[in-house]
Amino acid sequence: MSAADHHVHPHPHADDHHDDHGSHGSMRDYLIGFFLSVILTAIPFWLVMTGAIADKQATALVIMAFAIVQIVVHMIYFLHMNTKAENGWTVMALIFTIIIVVIALSGSLWVMYHLNHNMMPMSHDMGQLP
Amino acid sequence: MEAVDHSHWSLLLGRLWWDAIPTEPIVLATFVVVALGGAALLAGLTYFKLWGYLWKEWFTSVDHKKIGIMYMVLGLVMFLRGFADAVMMRIQQSIAFNGNEGYLNAHHYDQIFTAHGVIMIFFVAMPFVTGLMNYIVPLQIGARDVSFPFLNNFSFWMTTAGAVLVMMSLFVGEFAQTGWLAYPPLSNFAYSPWVGVDYYIWALQIAGVGTLLSGVNLIATIVKMRAPGMTMMRMPIFTWTSLCTNVLIVAAFPVLTAVMTMLTVDRYLGFNFFTNDFGGSPMMYVNLIWIWGHPEVYILILPLFGVFSEVTSTFCGKRLFGYSSMVYATLVITILSYLVWLHHFFTMGSGASVNSFFGITTMVISIPTGAKLFNWLFTMYRGRIRYELPMMWTVAFMLTFVVGGMTGVLLAVPPADFVLHNSLFLIAHFHNVIIGGVLFGIFAAINYWWPKAFGFKLNEFWGKVSFWLWIPGFWFAFMPLYILGLMGVTRRMRVFDDPSLQPFFIVAAFGAFLVALGIAAMLVQFAVSIWKREELKDETGDPWDGRTLEWSTSSPPPEYNFAFTPIVHDIDAWDDMKRCGVQRPTSGFRPIHMPKGTGAGAILAGLSLVLGFAMIWYIWWLAALSFAGVIGYAIAHTFNYKRDYHIPVETVIETEAARDRQLAAAGA
Repeated sequence: MSAADHHVHPHPHADDHHDDHGSHGSMRDYLIGFFLSVILTAIPFWLVMTGAIADKQATALVIMAFAIVQIVVHMIYFLHMNTKAENGWTVMALIFTIIIVVIALSGSLWVMYHLNHNMMPMSHDMGQLP
Repeated sequence: MEAVDHSHWSLLLGRLWWDAIPTEPIVLATFVVVALGGAALLAGLTYFKLWGYLWKEWFTSVDHKKIGIMYMVLGLVMFLRGFADAVMMRIQQSIAFNGNEGYLNAHHYDQIFTAHGVIMIFFVAMPFVTGLMNYIVPLQIGARDVSFPFLNNFSFWMTTAGAVLVMMSLFVGEFAQTGWLAYPPLSNFAYSPWVGVDYYIWALQIAGVGTLLSGVNLIATIVKMRAPGMTMMRMPIFTWTSLCTNVLIVAAFPVLTAVMTMLTVDRYLGFNFFTNDFGGSPMMYVNLIWIWGHPEVYILILPLFGVFSEVTSTFCGKRLFGYSSMVYATLVITILSYLVWLHHFFTMGSGASVNSFFGITTMVISIPTGAKLFNWLFTMYRGRIRYELPMMWTVAFMLTFVVGGMTGVLLAVPPADFVLHNSLFLIAHFHNVIIGGVLFGIFAAINYWWPKAFGFKLNEFWGKVSFWLWIPGFWFAFMPLYILGLMGVTRRMRVFDDPSLQPFFIVAAFGAFLVALGIAAMLVQFAVSIWKREELKDETGDPWDGRTLEWSTSSPPPEYNFAFTPIVHDIDAWDDMKRCGVQRPTSGFRPIHMPKGTGAGAILAGLSLVLGFAMIWYIWWLAALSFAGVIGYAIAHTFNYKRDYHIPVETVIETEAARDRQLAAAGA
């Protein structure tokens, strides 16, 4: 009897089993997230409309930086991602996704910019053809 | 072949017209045979009134076991088609010498090698692998079904819809003549204006939805539905490799979908992603499709590594040697498989730094794979090896796969690849690993788990006949290709000028003939086993003295798999239970909550099939209608609240009592 109890769950799980789906966030979290994303959206708009940074490329880079922060804000305040949700699976999945995306993007850029390496020197520029 | 003008278009039928029916005698004869056979099958089903049974018990079922079996049937049917293509190529190549054109014209031959590759990868290997995972994983982790049972049924039907599109291309229109990855510019509209590439695109897109969703489904199942006590490091190895495979699917298949979408807009809307001019780059296509394509080969092989691990450990009566090293090797392969894709196009023009980086990462992959092989060998070492059929296929795999792996490492050296790329050496290499790894693994798995799925073992005599035809057949078929490749013969050739090559092709064709006999023997094995199922019956549910949870339930398992969720204390949970002398519970049963079957999956996939067909033939009104149908029906299905039911406790008690009597009769 004891062995049976030991190896077989006396009450089947599937019937009344509810997994915790991570925290759902409070009103306070949603408000913080909302104001942060508004601010993070407003600043790039302001940068573009006023031309506060003279260099266009610098402006683009700053906007990219704000976009990345914006992604993080969304993940924390709206998607409720934290290191503990789903026993850490969420973070694991995020890290894996980032690794794969970085490999695919940086690898493709590297490969594509390297493809003409073994080409013979060409006298004409393809871009000038009709 | 004379050029046919296919520019006809009408509002009602699009590009579809009488010229879509092939006129080549070989295709026409096949069409007649298939039409007659199909009509006979449909008539038989109607005569024996099996439609209702099939629809209710199988097509609309959300039971992971039935869906798994349907996947295996799909794989087997498509395997016969793909193998027929292979035989046709072997015959053509063995006679097309000395001015003989052979019996296949270029248009037909190009379709055959394209269809062979597409079918064998997407509609044979993938359904087989998905079917195995579907059937086995929930049983191994002590679950009653997958996480999303309806989604599972839908995935299966989407895969089937893709397969149906490929089969249709044989008789209505044409298939792609581009090779199995449809590289542009050849696959662009300018060079492939008719329907072949469109069939390719839509078949892959529709089947791809199914593959992606079943990947999501199985990940969720493995992560969330393991029996209590089954920590990650107590999961059976097959479940581990399935998890990694599905992670690869979910990460890689969106890339394929995106590439196909870009090719679609290039072809349909005149975009220039992959054209030679206007800023497009065909090389980008090659780059992107191999970002999907390389993980794909690991998607195929990883679950079979799991199968070999289970088989080796069971038939040696030992715990698997180096369980945790096996897990880490699998994880390392999962990540590394994303770092090697450029080795498929070393010769496209990259410099030494890029090529050597990808050459080295490719060679590095052989380290975890080698670790796995040593683990299997050490499991066998001092084990009590029982050479049953699954174990025979496993040993054959080890011997064959190692050769394929070594030629792979050879090809990973960029300078060697410059000599061998696009040659028959490459063809021999990947058939060596895919047949020796994936296919042998599937045969091991079928022989191993057939008793679990159907309640009787497979006939051993015909299994051995098949085995001893397959193994020499494989070596005869592909060793000549290595030699020819070293001599510089390129792939996809239809006729040859050099008569000294012919003997090699004749030997290869002889190998294909042996393999054909092996396949026939396998079909005989299935038939004989079904015929004599009473003699081969397995009453215990554990015919091989298995070690994992699927062997703890009856064969075939009841609809609910386990009356009580098992509790896991060790890696080989069922072996642990047997050693502890666990008794089956005989009381305390409760009603069991189960998902209910639905026809929505089949209907949605049917509408998707119509959508794909309409897009291929430019029948715009039908495309719009079926697209609206897919969306509308999917939304309507969300309002279906009759999704579950309870198996009454009396049924559970009755089923379990029958099992008790069966066990008592078997003397267990």
